[in-house]
Amino acid sequence: MTGVVLNNVVKRFGEVQVIHGVDLEIDDGEFCVFVGPSGCGKSTLLRMVAGLEETTEGTILIGERDVTRMDPSERGVAMVFQTYALYPHMTVAENMGFGLKMTGHPKDTINSKVAEASRILKLDPYLDRRPKALSGGQRQRVAIGRAIVRGPEVFLFDEPLSNLDAELRVEMRVEIARLHREIGATMIYVTHDQTEAMTLANKIVVLRSGRIEQVGKPMELYSDPDNKFVGGFIGSPAMNFLNGTTAGGHVSVPGLKQDLALPLNLQEDGRKVSVGLRPEHLEIDPAGDTLTVELTEALGGVSYAHLVTPTGETLIVEERGDVRTEAGARVGLTIPLEKAYLFDADTELRIR
Amino acid sequence: MRAQAKLGLVLLLTPLLLWLTLLIFIPHVDMLLVSLRERVSAGVYRTSLANYWAFLSEPLYLRTFMRTAVMSTLATVITLLIGFPVSYYIAKIARGRVQSALFLLCLVPFWVSELVRTFGWMILLRETGIISNLLQFLGLVEGPVEMLYNDAAIMVGLVYTSMLFMVVPLVTTLQTLPDEVVEAGYDLGGNSFSVLREIIIPHATPGIVSGCIVVFMLSLGNYLTPIMLGGKDSLWFTELIYSQFIVRFNWELGAAFGFMLLLLSSAIVWGMLKLTGQSLERTVG
Repeated sequence: MTGVVLNNVVKRFGEVQVIHGVDLEIDDGEFCVFVGPSGCGKSTLLRMVAGLEETTEGTILIGERDVTRMDPSERGVAMVFQTYALYPHMTVAENMGFGLKMTGHPKDTINSKVAEASRILKLDPYLDRRPKALSGGQRQRVAIGRAIVRGPEVFLFDEPLSNLDAELRVEMRVEIARLHREIGATMIYVTHDQTEAMTLANKIVVLRSGRIEQVGKPMELYSDPDNKFVGGFIGSPAMNFLNGTTAGGHVSVPGLKQDLALPLNLQEDGRKVSVGLRPEHLEIDPAGDTLTVELTEALGGVSYAHLVTPTGETLIVEERGDVRTEAGARVGLTIPLEKAYLFDADTELRIR
Repeated sequence: MRAQAKLGLVLLLTPLLLWLTLLIFIPHVDMLLVSLRERVSAGVYRTSLANYWAFLSEPLYLRTFMRTAVMSTLATVITLLIGFPVSYYIAKIARGRVQSALFLLCLVPFWVSELVRTFGWMILLRETGIISNLLQFLGLVEGPVEMLYNDAAIMVGLVYTSMLFMVVPLVTTLQTLPDEVVEAGYDLGGNSFSVLREIIIPHATPGIVSGCIVVFMLSLGNYLTPIMLGGKDSLWFTELIYSQFIVRFNWELGAAFGFMLLLLSSAIVWGMLKLTGQSLERTVG
């Protein structure tokens, strides 16, 4: 069993605290994605698991072994870096076999492991080349291959696709998902891209300012966010938020000139709330005239209408099919009440 | 337009070509010619290899020559051993203002002339100098100690004089070493020693070689430091050249010595490049 457990992990750089007591359990064979905006501490947390940053407080267990004070080499992890971190003076094969060479394995073992990894990653034609002669995607493959050859218990990926162009990113994303299926090892993956998180993860950890906001399966986070931040972070385009107040069991939303009878038991009147509405759940009602269409973005299959409320708030609505609303039009909105989320305006926590 | 561009190129290159021809090429050709002539009697010369033969047949000349080469090599190695950790600290560990301040500190000694710098060492090391007095004051020695005029003093002076020329290329190459590359080394199971040997040194090789070439050439051609710190017994090859030219007016032998020094430094630089698989363009360019 090689799960990873973080117990109340804290990181301070001098006076500045960047990780505020993180508790997390990652099961054996799980694909866990740390996601969050830049500066949320996700990379720092990963580097702490790798042993490249010291842990100020708390403990880190890998496969029930306390590794908190161990050197990176003793932890049984292998990291794939955003910048690939390949060695320019070595060939692809030497790069991939480097980890085993450092730990004094015989040449035969190294060769067979490198051959195995290059087969998985389709790198055979490039084994004698140097990293300089490879494309970005191939370099990232070599970096992944280097991690595979090391045969770690846990793979760590630090934004591995950020340096690739959009097309390659999709391709490598699929590749990494396939790799996880094939190898079945525990993987921890850091990204700021919620699409990568949604498509790759068994478990997503949403981080903000060094704290865990929510942990769950991708669709759980999408359909059942614990707070406004997770609601806004997961899903693309992002969730719309409108200000409202509770009144008589309903939510009065001035931006829509409407009282929403949400299926919730709201007892307190006059509570300031934020109503979360996903673009894909809303529908434009051409008969209405509360909202103004500012602009529309047609992407082919879907288009996004940007609407402005009378209170100056903005909304994005996804339209499918051939119906396209023109910019400048006045429209209304059909809201499926069971798919609306309610958050407290001050604490930002979900009201269920 | 093309003619204009051509004229521009010629004008741009003229100072460089003038400099190369007048100050490097012509003097060396002349020196070669001088070294190849033998004085038969007053004002009568003939072409021969007599001067080179004189160099090879006199053990003092040959020994001084070899001694200079060995001492310069040693000075280069010591400078590298001291300069590498210093450069690594400046390039990879120090950050921001500390980094620039440390780099600047390496430069500070060069604000005064070499003569003054070397004299500073004499003040420290001589019999009535600061270190000698301090040792006596502390009761560690009885009577004054002379620390000047020996090989160790020469070595100290050479290393001190050359340090900057080692640190600058090393810092420059080490700065281009990405942190992740080093981290990946640890992540892949390396320890400090293997990461240094397998990752940091291969990356820094161009800087190491170019630093070593410059330091070696500077040490080999140094005159002031060996004479001042080594005194009369310094036996430095440049001193021999000086005495042939200035003291004994034997320009022919002096020119031959000069050529031997040029050959020696070229041979050692070539050997160093071959040994490390580097090319001159890569290390200097």
